[in-house]
Amino acid sequence: MAGLLTVVFDGVAYGMLLFLFSVGLSVTLGLMRFINLAHGAFGMVGGYVAVTLLNGFGVPFLLILPIAFILTGLFGAAAEKAMIRHVYRMPELQQVLFSIGFAFAAGAVANILFGPQQQPMILPSWLTVQVSVLGLDVTAYRLFLIGSGLLVGLLVIGLFNYTLYGAKVRAAVDLRRTAEGIGINVDRLFLVTFSLGAAFAGLGGALAVGFLGLDPTFPLKYLVIVLMVVAIGGPGSIVGSFLAALGLGVTDALFKYLVPEVGGFVIYALLVIMMVFFPKGIMERSA
Amino acid sequence: MNGSWNTTRRALIAAIPAAALLLSAGSALAQQKTLTVGVVLPLSGVFADQGRHYEDGMKLFQKMHGTESAGVKVNMVVRDDQGPGSGDLARRLTQELIVRDKADIILGYSFTPTAMSVATLLTEAKKPAVLVNATGAVVPTRSEYFVRASVTSAQLAVSLAKWAVDNNIKTVYTLVADFAPGIEIETFFKKAFEAGGGKVIGGARTPVSATDYSPFLQRVLEAKPEALFAFNPGGDVSVAFMKQTKERNLAKAGIKLLVTGDVVDDSQLPAMGDAVDGVISSLNYQPDLDNPLNVQFVKAFHEMMGPNVSPSYRAVMGYDGMGFIYEALKRSGGKTDADSLLAALKGAKIDSPRGTISIDAQTRDITQDIYIRRGQMKDGKWVNSAIKTYPAMKGAAD
Amino acid sequence: MRVTPEAGIGVVLLVAAVAAFFLFPGYLALLSTIFILAIFALSYDLLQGHAGVVSLGHAVFFGIGAYASALLGRHGIAEPIVCLLLSTLASALVAGVLTRIVVVGNDLTRLLVTLGVGFLFFEAANQANWLTGGADGMPDFEVAPILGLFPFDFLGRTAYFYTLAVLVLVYAAMLRITRSAFGLALRGIRENTMRMHAIGAPVSRHLALAYIMAGACAGAAGALLAQTSRFVSLDMLGFERSADVVVITALGGTGSIPGVVLAAAVFGYLKDALSSFSPKYWQLGIGLVLMASVFVLRQGLAGLFNVFRTGDRE
Repeated sequence: MAGLLTVVFDGVAYGMLLFLFSVGLSVTLGLMRFINLAHGAFGMVGGYVAVTLLNGFGVPFLLILPIAFILTGLFGAAAEKAMIRHVYRMPELQQVLFSIGFAFAAGAVANILFGPQQQPMILPSWLTVQVSVLGLDVTAYRLFLIGSGLLVGLLVIGLFNYTLYGAKVRAAVDLRRTAEGIGINVDRLFLVTFSLGAAFAGLGGALAVGFLGLDPTFPLKYLVIVLMVVAIGGPGSIVGSFLAALGLGVTDALFKYLVPEVGGFVIYALLVIMMVFFPKGIMERSA
Repeated sequence: MNGSWNTTRRALIAAIPAAALLLSAGSALAQQKTLTVGVVLPLSGVFADQGRHYEDGMKLFQKMHGTESAGVKVNMVVRDDQGPGSGDLARRLTQELIVRDKADIILGYSFTPTAMSVATLLTEAKKPAVLVNATGAVVPTRSEYFVRASVTSAQLAVSLAKWAVDNNIKTVYTLVADFAPGIEIETFFKKAFEAGGGKVIGGARTPVSATDYSPFLQRVLEAKPEALFAFNPGGDVSVAFMKQTKERNLAKAGIKLLVTGDVVDDSQLPAMGDAVDGVISSLNYQPDLDNPLNVQFVKAFHEMMGPNVSPSYRAVMGYDGMGFIYEALKRSGGKTDADSLLAALKGAKIDSPRGTISIDAQTRDITQDIYIRRGQMKDGKWVNSAIKTYPAMKGAAD
Repeated sequence: MRVTPEAGIGVVLLVAAVAAFFLFPGYLALLSTIFILAIFALSYDLLQGHAGVVSLGHAVFFGIGAYASALLGRHGIAEPIVCLLLSTLASALVAGVLTRIVVVGNDLTRLLVTLGVGFLFFEAANQANWLTGGADGMPDFEVAPILGLFPFDFLGRTAYFYTLAVLVLVYAAMLRITRSAFGLALRGIRENTMRMHAIGAPVSRHLALAYIMAGACAGAAGALLAQTSRFVSLDMLGFERSADVVVITALGGTGSIPGVVLAAAVFGYLKDALSSFSPKYWQLGIGLVLMASVFVLRQGLAGLFNVFRTGDRE
């Protein structure tokens, strides 16, 4: 029984990681209706920033997280201003093409700058100790992930549902002309929103390196599972993404433990089933 | 009119000796024989790192020993097969190397499936291929033109099994990646271990590209074996595996970790940190081997790649692959046709940074020493250090 | 029967292909792969360019065709044309089963479902390694000489004409389909689904039929690859192949048959040339081209053709 609980706990931690990654995509896909298949690229940027700071400059772990957040956000802002804002209005196929292209290019640049190998990330010792929680021995790092996930989740939900900024974004997405009419600078709003989405992806990436490793194939490797989280959760719904990420993380871990022969399979079957019966995701957009 | 005729005549007169010179130079060039080595490696994609190591080894060999052997100039033409799972690409690249680039011999193939996919092509085209990895047991049997200069799953698994038996380990749980090399390694280990009186109390197979091992490791902890025997295909997958074994603290549970050496590839150790502490692995190479050739090799390697990069066993296998080709040229007396080369490769023996290695004339497989290493801290860095050698292990399991 | 511009371009391409056989004897293997890629891209173009269904998992049918051909070869049915037909049928059957989930939902949902289905099949094939060889692939299946007369040689000559012949057939078939009433109905569905419902057109049935045809054609392409390379592996079902064909269709100009064929040729050639030169720069190049493609030359290569036409394209 303890074994099962440990597995579930690990699944929850993995789910939190997925959530952190997906939060940004939920925002851009759901609120801005931009099919951003390049989301993984921002995660990768966060990862490389974290690794460079940690290994190259010896910056303490807790500090690299906000730095990764900010730097990736800035990178996202630059990309948005230069190119992406022109793509919002294009038909879906063009968005798919552009963002896949962006992901390829980002991976290639990472390869050129850092090489194709795995980036080492040595976590500080306070994160690798075992902690006893409810009678289970778990790694502090997984606890940290769960805590971060909850914190970020609350922050983002608060931001989009309870602030003026959030209201403006929702208004602008629904009726752009009208929002502009009442004086909302929609371009700037979208810039900020996209950058936030990228920043959260960067944070997720920085946190993921210690767990999943980092190399230039990162953008496309994790794209699918992140898309799944957003699709199942319902694009635009942060709560939905949270639940979907948890669900996927736990289901994946459970099946790999209980029925290893079909382990990897199950989450894709889940995706297909969910999409057929809940094509809009399990939760409506938070508007 | 007259003037231009004179000019023309002068030009013609000047041209004749020039032409003669060119012709003689041409025939002199024609006299220098060349051997074109077609190299097929994964240079992009997830396993690009591995491909690069092999290539570094090959280039280093040519840097250290020159580009000629037995009077024959050896040229490399390198193609990227983009990793395993695109066997049709590797096959087409091999065909193009043979048809377009006139390759006389192929060197490369990191993955067993890739090698398998080209077997019938090599047999039809009658060109030999020296394998720098491709550890699957059946590979040399698929084509008479395969020569393996690398390492076999049998060697890695059986040596670990022997060590486990010699060190009084009675129960083992196995965890291997779920594809042919993994299943093979599991089979060889189990056979050798149980033949020595041990018992495999359980096992599981992990998805090839899995990065989350915790459900599997959970099962290991519950089974309480004395040791865990594991194999995964290297790269980020193995790094994740090693990190998670540390996280789950197998050591605290008293479970020894036995892995095949590619899991704890020396060049990947920085990414694993202290997860490698006390881990026992088997491999055909060890950077701190103190034979003179290795000392030279490591020195030249550091000159080429920088002082902080540890040479991977893959670099050595690439180096030796080229080494065998040079040796084959010497043994065949400079003959570059396929049959002479193949005959010269069978039974060839060279001194390598790994020790003395040879190609078995019957099986065309590699015979070499296998080292058992333990991970430990040395001079502030985590390294694998050799603790035992199993000499002259044959490629095939008995 | 008047000769349409597309047919005319098709003839030009055919002549070029035959000439290439004599001019570039070292490139036959590459060119065969390009023909196969073109067939696969045409199958996708029917689905997306004409019917408007965006799928990120079209390689499923390619892979099914490939594995079917290999499995038949392993069990004694090795004549290539027979295998080709049977594999095409197999893919069509699977497409038929899957139509239910594909013709529903909006674009985003469909995108994700096709993506999910793609990964599902990939994982399933991976797990079923007793059948498919899993991550190792299947290298050992028989491929007999075509009609008992033309064996596949390692220089690639038989494969060249075999794949070219199938491409010509598929090209001609596509031309006929898109000009038929069915083709026009598909275009109507792509442009304005609601209106098509309103005039009583059987939208679902048409989409389903288009999906099945596209799947069958992709299966044929997969079978050809299996037969000419004597190897089948999971990547034939994988996301990268699905993505390749989306890129090619976009670059060629969705809905333009000669455009797609040309784009397949350019893409296939560049991929080979650039990745032997430097794989990292290939990826960068493709990424940049894709990004640029949504801003310039939006209609892809077909946009270039339109300069010569007074045609009825939008």
